[in-house]
Amino acid sequence: MIAVNDVTKRFGDFQALDGVSIRVEDGSLTALLGPSGSGKSTLLRVIAGLEAPDEGTVEIAGRDATAVPAQKRGIGFVFQHYAAFKHMTVRENVAFGLRVRKRPKAEIAAKVSELLRIVGLDGYQSRYPAQLSGGQRQRMALARALAVEPEVLLLDEPFGALDANVRAELREWLRRLHDEVRVTTVLVTHDQEEAMEVADRIVVLNHGRVEQEGAPRELYERPANPFVMGFLGPVSRLGDTLVRPHDLRVHTEPRDGALEAQIARVVHLGFEVRVELELDGGEPLSVQLTRDEAAELELGAGDIVWVARPGVGDASVRTLAA
Amino acid sequence: MVVDRRARIGLRVLALAYLAALLLVPVGVVFYRTFEHGLGTVWESITTPAAIHAFWLTVRIALIAVPLNTVLGVVTALALVRGRFRGKAVLHAVIDLPFAISPVVIGLALVLVYGRTGWFGGWLADHGVQVIFAVPGMVLATIFVCLPFVVREVEPVLREVGDEQEQAAATLGASRWQTFARVTLPAIRYGIAYGVVLSTARAIGEFGAVSVVSGKIAGQTDTLTLLVENRFQNFDVAGAYAASALLALIALLTLLVMTGLRPRRDQS
Repeated sequence: MIAVNDVTKRFGDFQALDGVSIRVEDGSLTALLGPSGSGKSTLLRVIAGLEAPDEGTVEIAGRDATAVPAQKRGIGFVFQHYAAFKHMTVRENVAFGLRVRKRPKAEIAAKVSELLRIVGLDGYQSRYPAQLSGGQRQRMALARALAVEPEVLLLDEPFGALDANVRAELREWLRRLHDEVRVTTVLVTHDQEEAMEVADRIVVLNHGRVEQEGAPRELYERPANPFVMGFLGPVSRLGDTLVRPHDLRVHTEPRDGALEAQIARVVHLGFEVRVELELDGGEPLSVQLTRDEAAELELGAGDIVWVARPGVGDASVRTLAA
Repeated sequence: MVVDRRARIGLRVLALAYLAALLLVPVGVVFYRTFEHGLGTVWESITTPAAIHAFWLTVRIALIAVPLNTVLGVVTALALVRGRFRGKAVLHAVIDLPFAISPVVIGLALVLVYGRTGWFGGWLADHGVQVIFAVPGMVLATIFVCLPFVVREVEPVLREVGDEQEQAAATLGASRWQTFARVTLPAIRYGIAYGVVLSTARAIGEFGAVSVVSGKIAGQTDTLTLLVENRFQNFDVAGAYAASALLALIALLTLLVMTGLRPRRDQS
């Protein structure tokens, strides 16, 4: 388990972390999610020992690691821009950690071959990083980090520098890899979809503080505040209430509690149809319908409709504090 | 930018003519004059005891100054790029001083500090060490004028490489020394090589500062450059040409080494 207790970190005037405490269970895959400047990368680097916290402690596997240098924390770290050793071949890159530990040659060779097979770089061992694609480089970096059998694997926006389709593919691959290797993993990302897809648990950070921590579904359905709600998915504002656009109902007849609105635009996005409305006071409101729902209602621009707020059981409602 | 064809050719001719007038013609004349009377005379004049002594003294000074500057240059570049300390801006400026100050002034400054009546000179002389008008002073002068080369070649490379690879090495369990030897050093090796080549060329060709501190004791503190001047002053023009040609040849060799060092494959 990793435990971060009340960690504070400042860079000059900038408060990167402000009393952050989190727990990461053994064998879990936890995502640190937040906008840029939220402190998520700093938190990861504090866990890795690449940054020293101003206050607070870090425990890894039950031992206080706050004063332990990165070299001795038993971690594997994967950087956004790969940090590949450019003058070494793929094989030498992956073997690096074992070589500096002076392991027997035969053991290194066997371990490296096994890892290259796991990450799917079998035929690439004699290539240099410059001869690999971004996705391959990142898989090499993962193999390199896993070679030293770390207790904790830390990934800093590992897919951030990749094309959208490669990113999606690697995400899925990472999830499968984690199920296979089962090493406790912490992933930093600003992409909520990535966090929801890959992680067992998500920690949402903002302005150096933890906003909420929980399973992906829990955060989506029961966000603790408007920030978490807005960060995890699209929101529509109805008066002083925030709702998910897909939880709103559109009716062509007046109803109790429904608000009258005029349709400004109907956008067809394949399976989903986004209806942009204008409320009485001129306030914009966005509603998400399925293709079939929209077809049944026969909605068109200029039509007057009635929008119902979701029922009491609908969890994605939050009043604005302000 | 679109430049008219005639203007473009005109500019090229101008640039080439400029280079030819200032560089190619003088160097060419030196070689022509050197070999005018055949190889035999040239060989004789560069194998006199004084010439051989001057050649080996030049080599010796370069062999001390260049390695020292290389090690210190790499350390200084690391401090400038990776370090966080007060006075970094000052250090930055100081490194360039040898470029800015005339070598003659550097020579004079060394005389003032290490000369018999200088700050340390008296104490050193009492302990039997003669710096000025001797080889140690010439080495010091050479170190001084070559100081910026390695630092200035390595610094931008270090900056470009960044410190992520070093951090990665640390998370993989490498000690500081292992990280330096296995990750940092290979990453900056071309920068170091360039710096070494430039330092060597400068060390061999240095005249001003070395001239001031050498005392020009024939057969003792004459380097190749000083030998050229010496012979020229004594109306041994052919001898001066021969020594010049030797210097030019060494410089050409260094340049060739430098061209050969250029990384063949871009690994970025």
